[in-house]
Amino acid sequence: MMYRSQLRGHHNIVNKRPIILLALVAVIVIFPLAIYNGKGESQGYFGGSDDQGPAYITSTGYTPWFQSLWEPPSPEIESLLFAAQAAIGAIIIGYVLGYWQGQQAERKKRKNDVEKK
Amino acid sequence: MHIAEGFLPWQWCLFWYIVALPVIAYGVIQIKKVTDEHPESKPLLAVSGAFIFILSSLKLPSVTGSCSHPTGTGLGAVLFGPAAVSVLAAIVLVFQALLLAHGGITTLGANDFSMGIVGPFAAWLIWKGVRKIGLSTSIAIFIAAVMGDWLTYVTTAVQLSLAFPIPTFEVAFLKFIAIYAYTQVPLAIAEGILTVVVFEYIMKLRPDILIKLKVIRPNDVPKSTEGAS
Repeated sequence: MMYRSQLRGHHNIVNKRPIILLALVAVIVIFPLAIYNGKGESQGYFGGSDDQGPAYITSTGYTPWFQSLWEPPSPEIESLLFAAQAAIGAIIIGYVLGYWQGQQAERKKRKNDVEKK
Repeated sequence: MHIAEGFLPWQWCLFWYIVALPVIAYGVIQIKKVTDEHPESKPLLAVSGAFIFILSSLKLPSVTGSCSHPTGTGLGAVLFGPAAVSVLAAIVLVFQALLLAHGGITTLGANDFSMGIVGPFAAWLIWKGVRKIGLSTSIAIFIAAVMGDWLTYVTTAVQLSLAFPIPTFEVAFLKFIAIYAYTQVPLAIAEGILTVVVFEYIMKLRPDILIKLKVIRPNDVPKSTEGAS
């Protein structure tokens, strides 16, 4: 009985380190939103560096010699595809790490059962 | 770092294809070899690719006032080596070129060279170097991921300055570095932190795979964590 409660206690220990690190990432992302708060794309903020490069190249008089075979017809469709890309990645990482986490918990449980006997 | 479709003269497109393709081919062989030798590393390869998928889809704001995205390649480079990552990055770049009009098929060689080869190769070298001088795995993976991300964008700036040395290479380089590399600094740091979180979690759950892949040594595993036997 005592052993089981100890086991449960052990599982309840939350590792704070990843939480702190993820919070730090959130700060890095939110900080620019805060300092340029109220400014928008029309004032030249929050545009993509991947768009500024081509814009500068075009300003030197260069015309691209090839167009994309297909373009998302609207920003909605583009964000759909970007979200799908992130979702595919997140499903895979969540599945694999979750599977390993479950395996490890099972291993620990079995080890404890053996020790109890 | 995605050079847009048609935004490199065709000679440069060809040149970067010629440079990138042998590395990608070598990467395919390497992936085949490592997954044959250690089949249990396959899920880890999927995680490495998935990490690139997620991070390269997130366009984040930077303190310079413009947005850019991380690359996510440092993790895979440390786990499987840079050649394997050139293959994973190529898959992501094809996806983005065909479905998102982001990057392009003509510029695929150039984009894979920056994101799939230079960045990961730098990350892998830095990981080895930092481990050699005896710093912890977490510090090593952090610096490796940050520099892998950042040097990818420096490479893009170099590639564009070579193709458009207007009026000279130096002037163009300063212009492109200002567009790409400054914005990328905080994002590279964010990528470094995210990579540390994922790497530490993998190390906690499956240190056995990392040891088999010779990423870490058995004595790098903290005593408190129990991996697979």
